[in-house]
Amino acid sequence: MSERVPATQAAPAASARVQRRRRGLLRTYLTPKQAIPRSARLFLGIGSFVVIITLWSVGSVLINNPLFLPSIPRVGTAWIDMWQHQHFLDDVAWSTFRIVAGFLIAAAMAVPLGLLMGSFEVVRSFFQPPINAIRYMPASAFIVLLIVLLGLGEEEKLTLIWIGVFFQLVLMVMDIAHRVPDEMLNVAYTLGASRWKVFYKVFLPATFPEVVDALRITIGWAWTYLIVAELLGAERGIGTFIIISERFLRMDRIIAAIITIGILGLITDTIFGLIHRWAFPYVEKVHA
Amino acid sequence: MSEIRFVDVAMRYPTRRGEVRALQQISLAVPDGQFACIVGPSGCGKSTLLSIAAGLILPTEGEVLVDGKPAYSPGADRGMVFQSYSLYPWLSVRRNIEFGLEVKRTPKAERARQSGELIRLMKLDGFAEAFPKALSGGMKQRVAIARALANDPEVLLMDEPFGALDALTRQIMQEMLTDLWQRYRKTVLFVTHDIDEAIFLGDVIYIMTNRPGRIRTTLNVDLPRPRNFEMVTSPRFAELRSQVVGIIHEESMKAVESELARA
Repeated sequence: MSERVPATQAAPAASARVQRRRRGLLRTYLTPKQAIPRSARLFLGIGSFVVIITLWSVGSVLINNPLFLPSIPRVGTAWIDMWQHQHFLDDVAWSTFRIVAGFLIAAAMAVPLGLLMGSFEVVRSFFQPPINAIRYMPASAFIVLLIVLLGLGEEEKLTLIWIGVFFQLVLMVMDIAHRVPDEMLNVAYTLGASRWKVFYKVFLPATFPEVVDALRITIGWAWTYLIVAELLGAERGIGTFIIISERFLRMDRIIAAIITIGILGLITDTIFGLIHRWAFPYVEKVHA
Repeated sequence: MSEIRFVDVAMRYPTRRGEVRALQQISLAVPDGQFACIVGPSGCGKSTLLSIAAGLILPTEGEVLVDGKPAYSPGADRGMVFQSYSLYPWLSVRRNIEFGLEVKRTPKAERARQSGELIRLMKLDGFAEAFPKALSGGMKQRVAIARALANDPEVLLMDEPFGALDALTRQIMQEMLTDLWQRYRKTVLFVTHDIDEAIFLGDVIYIMTNRPGRIRTTLNVDLPRPRNFEMVTSPRFAELRSQVVGIIHEESMKAVESELARA
């Protein structure tokens, strides 16, 4: 039995804010892995953009030379002009097409192979050594070779993206497949499932959520290789747009194009996030 | 009639430091409808024994017979429940329970009837369409047990199924399991290191030795059936416990000493 403290003796309950202050601000905000108040998270998130914009604005005023650092309004004007008068939409469309095509080809090959490598030691022992070696060769180092072999057409660009994505992705998927707990498969065997049924009813679905995560990460890398390929010769594309703008010393357009890539990346990431949430509602969220 | 029998089962692993003898000369028979518990110090190979019974690994010597037929590979006649639940997170509670029936191509209506019954029996009402992530540890293990039972196996193999649960939940699960057994009368082989659990649940307890694992003692538990939790405080229960504790303690000490000798 716990006795009630008479109301007159009880101190009024301190608010969360007061309790935090008593605990000390440092302890509240700088304890490793400790959640901070939601308002503080929001403030810091917006704050980072405020800092970037301020630095940029101050910098452009101090440097006062649009050849080095154009002001924000100048970049904004250039961005609108690009869409309206420079056929920037064509460039974006071409780049997006190459990313999607190159990435799909790479993923369509890397995911099945990675799953097989993760589940069958026979397949892994055969493929892993060369893939491991090639993975360390920077994809951009292949570009000259590809131009000689394939010319400056789409094949060369898609192959470069393929090289950049395939070898990384296949090993990531292999790891994912390898991590599927044995017990999950063993339970299925003891429930009478054949090896084939265990493979497609247990093993495959067990890997799906993480495979989508791996795709989400690797599609970001595809952009790097695409721009490199386009810088070195293409009729159209965001990379081409950047290299042409450089010839005309249009820093404002270059920055606007780079920001566009960032926005496209953000859109891709959001799409993958939505797919993940829609297709795998059962996944336990580790991060908020 | 469904009995499971181990005939001179031995298990040895080659390692870099030489051969490890995990199990030696295991011969035992669990007759139809008996609840047999295996207890022993950790690392004595009791889980290995269960995996051999399931057909998941092959013994170096000897064999396991289910109703006289050798069990070389896993099959639906020997259902297994693991400590880690191993539910399929992408399937609802109901579809997890129906997994074995689905594999067998049981008609949908029949599957639904059986899973419905087990959901009620396991007190999972209202969670049929929930994903495992929404369940507590005890509920997850009830789903895993229901999944094994739905398949109507000849023998139920349980590998420390309540080992990851807190003490209170474990007690409730033990009561539920003993009631279930009373109802279905399956042949059960239950591995645990919890002595009270073994006495409360088992008809017979096999106490294993430290590595190489052997059956050191077989103990009949003569507590009346059906069992309830008041029996835990009975004098007979205390007697049985002190017997088991004594033997296990001796074996555990041997284990510690052999580890020291190796170091």
